[in-house]
Amino acid sequence: MKTSPYKPMKGRIIEAEMLTDKEKFFRIELEGKINLAHDPGQFVMVSIFGYGEAPISVCSSPTDKGYFDLTVRNVGVFTDKLHKLNKGDMVGIRGPFGKGFPVDNMFGYDLVVVGGGIGIVPLRSLIRYIMHNRNDFGNVQILLGCKTPKEMLFKEEAKEWMKRAEIKFNCTVDKADPEWKGNVGLITTLIPGVDINPSKTYAVVVGPPIMYKFVIVKLLEKNIPDHQIVVSLERRMRCGLGKCGHCQIEGVYVCQSGPVFNYNQLRDFKGECHEKAI
Amino acid sequence: MKYGSIKKDDLNTWITHLKKKAKLYAPKKKENQFVFRPVKDINDISLKYIPTILPPKKYYFPQKEKLFKFGVNPFKTSKAISEFEEFILFGVHTCDIAGIQCMDVVFRESPEDPNYLNRKDKMIIIGIECLEYCDKYANCTSMGTHVPRGGYDLMMVDLGDNFILHVNSEKGEKLVSGLGYIKEADEKEMSQLERVREAKKKVFKEEFISSLQKVHEAFGNNFASGVWKDVGRRCVACGNCTAVCPTCYCFDVMDDMELSLASGTRYRVWNSCQMDDFAKVAGGEDFRKGRDSRQRHRYYRKFKYPVDKFNRYFCVGCGRCTRTCMADINLVETVNSILSAKDIE
Repeated sequence: MKTSPYKPMKGRIIEAEMLTDKEKFFRIELEGKINLAHDPGQFVMVSIFGYGEAPISVCSSPTDKGYFDLTVRNVGVFTDKLHKLNKGDMVGIRGPFGKGFPVDNMFGYDLVVVGGGIGIVPLRSLIRYIMHNRNDFGNVQILLGCKTPKEMLFKEEAKEWMKRAEIKFNCTVDKADPEWKGNVGLITTLIPGVDINPSKTYAVVVGPPIMYKFVIVKLLEKNIPDHQIVVSLERRMRCGLGKCGHCQIEGVYVCQSGPVFNYNQLRDFKGECHEKAI
Repeated sequence: MKYGSIKKDDLNTWITHLKKKAKLYAPKKKENQFVFRPVKDINDISLKYIPTILPPKKYYFPQKEKLFKFGVNPFKTSKAISEFEEFILFGVHTCDIAGIQCMDVVFRESPEDPNYLNRKDKMIIIGIECLEYCDKYANCTSMGTHVPRGGYDLMMVDLGDNFILHVNSEKGEKLVSGLGYIKEADEKEMSQLERVREAKKKVFKEEFISSLQKVHEAFGNNFASGVWKDVGRRCVACGNCTAVCPTCYCFDVMDDMELSLASGTRYRVWNSCQMDDFAKVAGGEDFRKGRDSRQRHRYYRKFKYPVDKFNRYFCVGCGRCTRTCMADINLVETVNSILSAKDIE
């Protein structure tokens, strides 16, 4: 009798904190304190019994041992229920699933990390991984775009990132408030100012579909090769096992072959892929 | 025994024997259509039938299938089903057997799906070869599923006074050995089988205007074809086509709570890529919004994507999608339109 990949592991919430009005941070410990053993960029299926299951990006690094982190925006019935959970509560966890960021291929390269809105969440797993293996990577530049300063995630942590060697952090907002001293405008306005050696640079982009198109055009203008532009796609994963069909783009199951793709893969998708820069 | 032979007069005796061995499912008339049902009275079995309303997929990939039971407080999970019942599917057409082979490919691919595979282990398939078209909507000749191509335990072929039984597995062997009324087929019967198969070649003609190889090529070049707009304009997004398809396996995962709200069951249920919200994500973006793109996706999941991935077409030519379509979208017509469309890419 084969065991079921549909049965979740037990996870206990050991920290829970609202980061903004809409986003809540959870730190989760698996039963027996086993490590999730994920790659940066992978996701898990989170279960609340009675409410179902949803795919959530892991936002901690595999080098964070004994626990893993999730940050969840409240957008519907399931995430609303998840937001009501607190320290000590249990959730079901399946995974990790999919293919994460190609960190082994990025070894020795400079990195431009571009996050739009909640896209910073999966990117945090990569950024923390880089921080913990800082000597494996060259210069790191982080570009972050938010609607308003209030909606910026991981503000305190970003200050820590900036203290590390060769890390530039630049944030732009669509709409400033009186305290905001940074850039105002779309994230694409930050890219022309980025100084890079394109053949030695990996660009990693995560954000809403509309952002990809414009950001990728700017990155291509910088002569970054297609296969060194890396994106992560949001799709409706229901099983995580490449069976249920919901996350399919053409013949590809995003839950197994993605969510991370290189731009040369993304470019070859004919339809049903709103992220392409045409 | 490789080929057995059973007289038609002894068929009911054998079916009674099978019924004692395991739960038996067979085609039965239901008003003017047919369905696979558990056999109560063996005289209800109909071996001359048009494709059943649903393929036998409901038995090895149930419409609603328990994944596990859970408790909310204390938080626990337990297996819903630990034992699967042995069962026999009797009188399955070769197209439906090809459908089971498609499912095998999908659910055996890593990561395996144990729910399907555990059930499949307990399943015995006794097929029956069609010697004439069962249905006007069929495209089994083009798909090559009008003749048996493995995937069964026993295959019955009607030779007039008797059935020849091709024994294709150990499970099949067990159902025919030691029975006085099933004999090893003799040379005369084997040449009769050959003649029957020869005669079939005159009856079954390819339904598509070009070969399968061309179908795959045409799909490769016609993603943007106006044919999809036309199909999408007619489609009413009812999902019938995917529900009745022997190779459609998309599902949703959902929880049912007990009245106490303390425990419940997690299920998977059939879902359809034709449904409005199938590909919609939490952020509200719908990646396959139009009916044209959803219909196109369905066709591509039959004639393009699985061919690229598994080297296997996922249409078995049963014609159910066409027969059940409320908008008269005809699979053969659509594929032929794509075949005759001017290459767009």
